[in-house]
Amino acid sequence: MTIVVGYIPSEEGEVALSRAIEEAKQKNSRLIVVNSSKGDQLVDDRLIDAKQHHELEARLTQTGLDFWIQRQSQGIDAADQILQVAEAQRAELIVIGLRKRTAMGKFIMGSVAQRVLLQAGCPVLSLKAKNDW
Amino acid sequence: MDTLNLLMGGFESALTPVNLLFAFAGVVLGTAVGVLPGIGPAMAVALLLPLTFGMETSSALIMFAGIYYGGMYGGSTTSILLNTPGESATVITAIEGHKMAKAGRASQALATAAIGSFVAGTIGTALLVTVTPIVVKFAVSLGAPSYFAIMVLSLVTVTAVLGSSKIRGFAALGLGLAIGLIGMDPVSGQKRLTFGFAPLIDGIDIVVVAVAIFAIGEALWIAAHLRRTPAHTIPVGTPWMGKEDWKRSWKPWLRGTAFGFPFGALPAGGAEVPTFLSYVTEKKLSKHPEEFGHGAIEGVAGPEAANNASAAGTLTPMLALGLPTNATAAVMLAFLTMKGIQPGPFLFENEPDLVWALIASLFIGNTLLLLINLPLAPLWAKLLKIPRPYLYAGILFFATLGAFSVNMQVADLWILLLIGLLGFALRRFGLPVLPLILGVIIGPMAEEQLRKTFQLSSGSASGIWSEPLAVGIYVLIAVLLLLPVLIRFIRRSRGVNTTVADQVLGEAPEQPKHKAGVAYEGRSDEERNDS
Repeated sequence: MTIVVGYIPSEEGEVALSRAIEEAKQKNSRLIVVNSSKGDQLVDDRLIDAKQHHELEARLTQTGLDFWIQRQSQGIDAADQILQVAEAQRAELIVIGLRKRTAMGKFIMGSVAQRVLLQAGCPVLSLKAKNDW
Repeated sequence: MDTLNLLMGGFESALTPVNLLFAFAGVVLGTAVGVLPGIGPAMAVALLLPLTFGMETSSALIMFAGIYYGGMYGGSTTSILLNTPGESATVITAIEGHKMAKAGRASQALATAAIGSFVAGTIGTALLVTVTPIVVKFAVSLGAPSYFAIMVLSLVTVTAVLGSSKIRGFAALGLGLAIGLIGMDPVSGQKRLTFGFAPLIDGIDIVVVAVAIFAIGEALWIAAHLRRTPAHTIPVGTPWMGKEDWKRSWKPWLRGTAFGFPFGALPAGGAEVPTFLSYVTEKKLSKHPEEFGHGAIEGVAGPEAANNASAAGTLTPMLALGLPTNATAAVMLAFLTMKGIQPGPFLFENEPDLVWALIASLFIGNTLLLLINLPLAPLWAKLLKIPRPYLYAGILFFATLGAFSVNMQVADLWILLLIGLLGFALRRFGLPVLPLILGVIIGPMAEEQLRKTFQLSSGSASGIWSEPLAVGIYVLIAVLLLLPVLIRFIRRSRGVNTTVADQVLGEAPEQPKHKAGVAYEGRSDEERNDS
């Protein structure tokens, strides 16, 4: 079985990743880390660079899990990327980080998380950066 | 003293709240377009041309001057942080600047670039004030043959000396001259290159050409290369410099200014040569030559100053002779012509208020730029996170609106699209954009002078060399064109390693290496010329 996690180097991304590692350990499943950028910006901090890739790899190796890092520098939309990988691998669970967006912000920027939640064919676990209460 | 009085009068009109506002808008916009690679001040000015129809001429010109100077400041930010020079003049800055940023000295690099630009810009503008009236005095006495010769000189140097490939340069120049010919013959009234298509009789409006080449061409090019692996931001704090940095920077600033201004002021123009010369000089004179190639602050301070001083210098031939030598100056001149103002040596006499307000606004703009660039550099870098589809959709919208609003005719939109495709083809095949745009603008001006020459000499070709200055300039052109061929010939005949030419030329042969080092997306820096 497989768990897919959407990862960006941010607070939400870290929370999602560590939870996904926990879940994968419990169920003894394979972990696929998806990190992608559409490549339409000159600067995009959401894409992990070579150094971060190595660190991520080292960290996942330590956990002893069976894992795979899917990094796409000129890929499709992040939501589509996660859904595509999840579908191809018949994932049992998708883990994503969620951040607060105002209605206006969502209207302008769209929401990757919302599309994953609505379109995924498996359970989606979405996490906030920290508990508010 | 007379000049000083006029300058003070200029300050008086430039310091009105409205004009200050336009100067501020100009520098903000200029910095923004300078930061974004591929979008330069020339494109920004071309896109804004239609908006200025209802504006006071001096206000619009002040805004354009702000954009022009702002583009120079903004370009260095991208060069230093991303190693993607925003425009050709900052290519050299990227060599050392980006290395400094990588070594965690981005703040110092940005600071020396901004302060150096300010120093050079201020000195350059002061030189502009002193030199231009002298050039005007000299220019008023020029006859049509000499004028024509100067125009030929500037076209030839921009095309042959600055570009990497002469054939491509001349091809672009030829295209530009051909576009400039379209329309009615000014003397005989004959229709030229109109192909029986009525809207072409008045010629193609320069706004349409400029917008098509800069905006549409670039947008199509980006659309064809939309996706690239994004870079990471280099964390920067507010730019600052330590005592050691100041000590190492101030001499390169002054030397860079000394290189930049004369090169800009020549009717040949271009910031590439002085920035390169400054870099080489700093490398030779530096007490820390081992740091060059690993982020030496002199290598940022010198070229950045040269670049801004040359920007000030470029305004000398533009204001004194009506001759633009870079794309932004060309579009600014087109704007003056649109407003019914005759550029040329009589500009100072006929429109003193306008000219001096412009020059005063350069001082003001330069100060504003230092104020908004020094503390806000990290903020400007955030512009690079704008997704390019949004950015270019906006540019296309304004381009179309602008081209249509010139004459309110649909035919202009088709012409816009056609020339835009031409602009894309230029980029695709590595033809420089600058010779084309100068061909379109200087071509008709040169034709007028040539016609006058022939009228004076009643049709005899000898009229072309009837003035001693004209003869001198033609000799100069011949030397400029033949010198590289000659040097290559001498080198080949003597063997490559031990030639005198190598010693004479100093480090010139290294040039390709540096340029290749900063080539961007497969385009050499020449192709990005002022786009």
